[in-house]
Amino acid sequence: MTMTTTNEMTAAPPAHRRIANADLIGLAVILLVAAVGYFLFPNNLALLTRIIAAALLVLSLDLVTGYCGVATLGHAALFGAGAYAAGIASAHYGINDPLAMLAFGIVAGAVAGLICGVVILRAHGLPQLVLSIALIHLFHEFANKASSWTGGSDGLSGIAPTALFSLYEFDLWGRTAYVFGVALLVIVFLLLRLIVRSPFGMLCRGIKEDPIRIRSMGASPKIALTKMYVISGAVAGVGGALNAISTQVVGLDSLSFTMSAESLVMLVLGGTGSLFGALTGTVVFMFFEDVVSAANPFHWLTMVGALLIAVVLFAPKGIYGTAAALITRRREAP
Amino acid sequence: MQTVLSIAIDALAYGMVLFVISIGLSVTMGLMRVVNLAHGAFAMIGGYIASYAARDLGIGYGFAVLLAVFGTVIIAVPIERLLYRRIYGAPELTQVLMTIGITFCIIGIANYVFGPTLKTVPLPGELQGSVDLGFRAIAVHRLFAIVCGLAVAAGLWYAIERTAFGVKLRASVDNAAMAAALGVRTEIVYAVSFAVAVGLAAFGGVVGAELLPVEPYYALRYMVTFLVVVSVGGAGSIPGALIACLLLGAIDTTGRYLMPEFGEFFFYLAVIAIICVFPRGLAGRAKG
Repeated sequence: MTMTTTNEMTAAPPAHRRIANADLIGLAVILLVAAVGYFLFPNNLALLTRIIAAALLVLSLDLVTGYCGVATLGHAALFGAGAYAAGIASAHYGINDPLAMLAFGIVAGAVAGLICGVVILRAHGLPQLVLSIALIHLFHEFANKASSWTGGSDGLSGIAPTALFSLYEFDLWGRTAYVFGVALLVIVFLLLRLIVRSPFGMLCRGIKEDPIRIRSMGASPKIALTKMYVISGAVAGVGGALNAISTQVVGLDSLSFTMSAESLVMLVLGGTGSLFGALTGTVVFMFFEDVVSAANPFHWLTMVGALLIAVVLFAPKGIYGTAAALITRRREAP
Repeated sequence: MQTVLSIAIDALAYGMVLFVISIGLSVTMGLMRVVNLAHGAFAMIGGYIASYAARDLGIGYGFAVLLAVFGTVIIAVPIERLLYRRIYGAPELTQVLMTIGITFCIIGIANYVFGPTLKTVPLPGELQGSVDLGFRAIAVHRLFAIVCGLAVAAGLWYAIERTAFGVKLRASVDNAAMAAALGVRTEIVYAVSFAVAVGLAAFGGVVGAELLPVEPYYALRYMVTFLVVVSVGGAGSIPGALIACLLLGAIDTTGRYLMPEFGEFFFYLAVIAIICVFPRGLAGRAKG
């Protein structure tokens, strides 16, 4: 134990600086991409905001799938909970302040995360997967039936967020919503970088590698994973609330199996177990979707399927993982 | 009393159709340890082929069923050789992604080729109408589905418990490496059981076309149901799958009859409750 601490202490300054550098580079890239998007597609900021909301969902999925190794096909439940909570707060209770709606979304997402976590973590392997699918269907059915609250299959409308900080109106062009979204994404990203690097984040990774060993070391895998699920729910809730605020409508599709499956596809496309991978996958996938599904929605599903098969066969680490591996190999080569 | 009887008959027929489709999934999952989300897609292909053969080409029902089973197997075997081969023993997430990718592809192609409308498999005259059991009339088709389910269960039980192939299959399920070392050609066992599983899925898809209507999103809509049967029953267990099918069929049908407005709500609630209580399935063997 003393050995490792001294080692860490001698190695600490450069490692810390490198990680901080990576954070700064990541931050710079996000802001750069956001600015480029803003100036390249000034008429399509709604799409870009949707991408940010999806990115938050995929980041949240990465926390449980990439860092904890829990395979789930029901993660949209957390996103939809956040979206509906923010929407219901505004449409039924007249809480129209965007930040308050956001808070509702985060809390609802975290509660949904707690519920899903407690249920899903009861089983392993196939039953776990089935539980996650059953949960998303249960949430979907519930939202469909409770139509006096959620608007059922018509969707929840009547969401009217007031100006942000009482200064910036949510305009028709979606500029405010976009900037709000970028700010949220940056904050969440930096917080998550801290969390995944913290001892708690390391514990979760350890559980993914070998839960029995972690238990024999005296930590409880279940409690740690449930905590991570709650954090993940809060992040997905941010995404859901952002979606509700920017589009001002919440549909049943935000609680659908398709949404869950697509978020998993985005994550795997970018690369699991890395926050940058989650962001890369989302941006690539959503752009791709926008182009292809505008042409033909039937072919879209076939394309997603083919894409998935190709990623599994040829780039199991995803776009970001493969690129990162290439770069490190290049760096080590000379 | 009337309601109870009709619920019982419908639940039995539905459960049997579920059984015919999912038993193949259960066996392959127990054998190859592949989480195959594309199983429902194969049942859907069977339904489409039968519908095309019987409705558009005017072929008799029996032939259409045969055509559907063999056609689906012919489509599925190359997929197994090219794609499934590579994910045996891979992590779960990889298997889920690959098979869900296959499902999406099949849905997209089916949608493109056959269109988004519902397809029916026209029943022959003998299976239409109803029989009078003295106290109650029952649709012949329901009886047919029940008989098919029982026949499949009996046939599989015989094949697995009483034949030489069944011995090899059970040996491979228990310990594939050891079975291979003892001279069982496991890859042939794998291929045959995959083909049988897909054939049964197609058969179930055709027989159950009245209860589970064939349309492009069939594969996604019922994927959960089939997976649920396997995980509730315990992978690789025929009695487990049978009990699970009857139980889930009963819950689903009763829910639809008595509380139609709540749709699938109770079904999923029951599924979650059952899995939480029996994380390894009703007939699952405890590991280690």
